[in-house]
Amino acid sequence: MDNLLEIRNLTVKYGNYTALQDANMKIGPTDFIGVIGPNGGGKTTLLKAILGLLKPSSGEVIFSEQLSNLKTGIGYLPQVNKFDSRFPINVIDVVLSGLAGKQSWIKPFNSANKEKAMQLLDDLGIAHIAHKAIGQLSGGQMQRAFLGRALISDPKLIILDEPGTYVDNKFESELYEKLVQLNKTKAILLVSHDVGTIFAHVKSIACVNRELNYHPSNIITPEQLASYNCPIQIITHGEIPHTVLGVHNHKHHH
Amino acid sequence: MIELLQYDFFSNAILAAILTAVSCGIIGSYIVARRMVFIGGGITHASFGGIGIAYFLGFAPMLGAGVFAVLSALGINYFTHKGKVREDSSIAIWWSLGMAIGIIFIALKPGYAPNLMSFLFGSILTVMKIDLLYMLVVSLITVFVFAVFFRLITMISFDEEFARARSLPVDFFNYMLIIISALVIVASTRVSGVILVLSLLTLPQATANIFVQSFRSMMWFSIIIGLIGMITGLYLSYYTNLPSGATIIVTLTAFFAFGKLIKTIFSVSNN
Repeated sequence: MDNLLEIRNLTVKYGNYTALQDANMKIGPTDFIGVIGPNGGGKTTLLKAILGLLKPSSGEVIFSEQLSNLKTGIGYLPQVNKFDSRFPINVIDVVLSGLAGKQSWIKPFNSANKEKAMQLLDDLGIAHIAHKAIGQLSGGQMQRAFLGRALISDPKLIILDEPGTYVDNKFESELYEKLVQLNKTKAILLVSHDVGTIFAHVKSIACVNRELNYHPSNIITPEQLASYNCPIQIITHGEIPHTVLGVHNHKHHH
Repeated sequence: MIELLQYDFFSNAILAAILTAVSCGIIGSYIVARRMVFIGGGITHASFGGIGIAYFLGFAPMLGAGVFAVLSALGINYFTHKGKVREDSSIAIWWSLGMAIGIIFIALKPGYAPNLMSFLFGSILTVMKIDLLYMLVVSLITVFVFAVFFRLITMISFDEEFARARSLPVDFFNYMLIIISALVIVASTRVSGVILVLSLLTLPQATANIFVQSFRSMMWFSIIIGLIGMITGLYLSYYTNLPSGATIIVTLTAFFAFGKLIKTIFSVSNN
């Protein structure tokens, strides 16, 4: 099947600093890619480039026909600590805002939109707080609301930035179950520093440390990581394919 | 009380209160929700520079204030985003520069500046027809923009990055809304002056926010609270012979304190 999008020779610079160097990656319709790498290694830069939030210095991100109904084809769940949680907005309006760009700016949401939002909230188990202000929610409930916003436009690709932070373990395991289920029809790009958890669910791994190394399976050895120049913290738990990596020395290159 | 309305100056003041309540109720909610209150303060004080120049050259103070308010709004934005100056520093630069220019030009003009106090502290009882016309135009623009683009404005305000990812016209609206804010602020200085106007943009909103959580209801409640507060303050100032702008602000603050009290009693009795 055709790829949803392709990243070709992508380089992003902030002034003189190169955040991402000559990255190449393809995302297929049912890929589940875990993006790992050290802090400041360029994970967020990669996401922003895909979302069109920054201009690459060179290279390009090419979207397929399927995604060319642009932007709403991608559902995005940003890091939850980026929001002003005191903003006066309630849960259902947050979910509905995921339709932005899909229809005219001034057309009001119709009852079908609202029903769909309620249905999503129901699926996510937070229908009872649909009219609560976002600031009154727990971390897990807030993540669910934002996942609702990411899903309401029926995206072909879902991008999640550190969804495991600020949430309880129960929500985290429910989230991964949900993602596995969504992955049947959608591609998923998941950024996490919690390598142990993502290895158990993803199908492939992209290690971003200024360069991007794509690894087409979820089993990765310390030697491979070392050759990718990808110094990451390893925590691992869970059942099968289970990789424990030893301590390895690495040098920082700046 | 009603008979006061027979006087032109008083009915003009009531009209000014209504128009200010509407425009400040809406724009204040936007400013509070986006945490731009300090930017509002910078714009307000910078507008004094325009008042000084207008006074020196002898044209309408509101016009001078309007030009300075818009320039400082754009200037703060430009310094912060293009000039890599920290936002609070660039606000302070424009804030005090505007005040300094105002003071210099007022000093350059020989003689005593009789209206100086009314620019600094407001004087709703001396509002003229031309002021009312300006307030009406600004209120209509504000109501129109927020009525038509309410959803878009909410999305951009709540999560700018998400709005950008969806190719919404984020920059255009940010600039347009800061310009509208500057115009509303200038219109409202007739009520409470450059020094006190900030509270017209924040006190009704803070009071509304005690009881309601959505952006839309915050605007409606702010308009109502602002209107009742301004008219109450206006009557109080008339009967006590105290300055109107300051009395209005103290009244609005009392409303806020009362709102907090009610909420506390209500939540205690609920538990």
